[in-house]
Amino acid sequence: MSEQAMTKPTADTPTANAPIMSGIGLKQHYPVKQGFMKPVGLVKALDGVSFSVEEGKTLAVVGESGCGKSTLARLLTMIEKPTEGELNFEGKNLLTLDRETAKELRQRIQIIFQNPYGSLNPRKKVGSILEEPLVINGKLTKAERKERALSLLQKVGLKPEHYDRYPHMFSGGQRQRIAIARGLMMNPKVVVADEPVSALDVSVQAQVLNLMMDLQQELNLAYVFISHDLSVVQHIADNVMVMYLGKVVEYGVTEDIFSNPQHPYTRALLSSTPRIDPDHRIEKIRLTGELPSPLNPPSGCAFHGRCEFANDRCKVETPALKDQANAASVACFGIEEGRLPYIKR
Amino acid sequence: MTETDKSLLKVHNLSVTFGTHDNPFTAVDRISFHVEQGEVLGIVGESGSGKSVSSLALMGLIDFPGRVTADELRFKDTDMQTLNEKARRKITGDDISMIFQDPMTSLNPSFTVGNQIMEAIEVHQGGSKKERLAKAIDLLRQVGIPAPESRINNYPHQLSGGMSQRIMIAMAIACDPKLLIADEPTTALDVTIQAQIIELLLTLQREKNMGLMLITHDLALVAEAADRVVVMYAGQIVESGPASEIFKAPKHPYTQALMNSLPESAEGQNRLNALSGVVPGANDRPDGCLLNPRCPYATDRCRVEEPEQLGPPGRQVKCFYPLDESGRPTV
Repeated sequence: MSEQAMTKPTADTPTANAPIMSGIGLKQHYPVKQGFMKPVGLVKALDGVSFSVEEGKTLAVVGESGCGKSTLARLLTMIEKPTEGELNFEGKNLLTLDRETAKELRQRIQIIFQNPYGSLNPRKKVGSILEEPLVINGKLTKAERKERALSLLQKVGLKPEHYDRYPHMFSGGQRQRIAIARGLMMNPKVVVADEPVSALDVSVQAQVLNLMMDLQQELNLAYVFISHDLSVVQHIADNVMVMYLGKVVEYGVTEDIFSNPQHPYTRALLSSTPRIDPDHRIEKIRLTGELPSPLNPPSGCAFHGRCEFANDRCKVETPALKDQANAASVACFGIEEGRLPYIKR
Repeated sequence: MTETDKSLLKVHNLSVTFGTHDNPFTAVDRISFHVEQGEVLGIVGESGSGKSVSSLALMGLIDFPGRVTADELRFKDTDMQTLNEKARRKITGDDISMIFQDPMTSLNPSFTVGNQIMEAIEVHQGGSKKERLAKAIDLLRQVGIPAPESRINNYPHQLSGGMSQRIMIAMAIACDPKLLIADEPTTALDVTIQAQIIELLLTLQREKNMGLMLITHDLALVAEAADRVVVMYAGQIVESGPASEIFKAPKHPYTQALMNSLPESAEGQNRLNALSGVVPGANDRPDGCLLNPRCPYATDRCRVEEPEQLGPPGRQVKCFYPLDESGRPTV
């Protein structure tokens, strides 16, 4: 890890490198019909999320299902527009731009999905899957498109003869390589990877992660790496953002979070991740209960129902993300008041 | 393999074959292992390694055209191969029960969970409806479901993934099985819920002194939960032994490669130590040792000849050049 990565990331105070992409107070609320004559509910899938990613760096977004990490991916790639907030890319707010410029810029932000069996059209050959983004966005001729597709196939470790094959002829790992190649066709600056290796076997997972890291170095890509697997995150990420029920509970440099986790939820996540080496295991913290329904979130700190350190204040007030000295930013009254025991691995 | 009084299940040379007689495909190839009372046996392998198929074979759930053969398939003192369908069903479900990977699809969406648990009790133990209801509520309490009296009337769609898996566990332990087979019980669940479910399984296993077969692709999970481990690759067992020994000093190159490819093992390094290639499919199994195209230590002998299980009972490895303590192949 370089020296630069050690500086703490915050959304409003840019670090030495200006972030290539940042979000400020992003909110995404979905109205939900609960039935005839019943009031329309509001699911706060994202509730005030701020982040920033630098060129060539990886921001990992960690959390369990329902925490809003995939909603964040959809916002970043402009598949959806946030209800509120600001999304900046190369210094421009993507949400206030006119259509033409927005179309231009969104080509620089690409996404890789979790399941390579579902994200590749089974009726199309690999070649036309790869060239489709160029056909839609680019001005290249047919021959140039093919040339680019072939060069990217090679870059992700596939062979030229794979150009004319169909997705079903590939294994899971190879399909994910195709999906990565497709993501790179438009020369993106930012790649949003939504659980890119969770559907793969352990040995193949390592191959794909290596490929992603090689490509990052070669092309100076910024990754927003969405994952629930903390051991993968620890390896690949520069910064980590831990989310719970649409809010960021802890945000900071990877080393800080893994060596000195602050928020009780981060601690529980870390201790729940199984480890081979007994020395890597930390004291088990078992969370009781499950993620509350986002339709009817608890008052105060969303985590208080499962937190053993919660007091009356946590049940009423909502903690904000606060910077700390020598550790990650964290949203927890227990930390602010020094009520939580110190955990060091 | 050692056989003791505590031995619950003994399997010798179990094979499962699919496909036609002219073009057979061996999904599980002559595997032998045993499970003792009160122990956790972890079975690890990647997809296509045959770990699920072997558990289905044990439960008698392989249908035509799949063919199951074994030299020995013994549960306690009963030879399961000589039993007729009815007697075998008495054992599977009563003494051996199974939990599947995806709890959401294993439960019937049209019936309440109480109804489904009570059905399992009715088939194997009988009793009046009132007794069965009381037993079902008690089971829900044992698996840690809050307010079991009201939850029992819920339909599966009203439950979360973790809850559904708890219901599946309740059904599986309804008849006090001696052996519980858990096939990827936590793969579909979130990390914190996974930890809860594994802890529940291990607690129940200890309390009831059951044998537990934990089938998973997650090496770290097995390292934490299992007493003994069996590592499978392409339908064969490549290594078996106590969990503490295997994860400290793996003897088979495949086990070593699996462990090395985990991000946990690559701390401080930039790249992960990936194993090249993929698990061979049905029609591209190589000659000799099945790992030889991917194995960094393979020699000409490995490409022609298939290794036997070597080593003392209880710590076997299927390799000509098992790795020594420092992780180098012995010649």
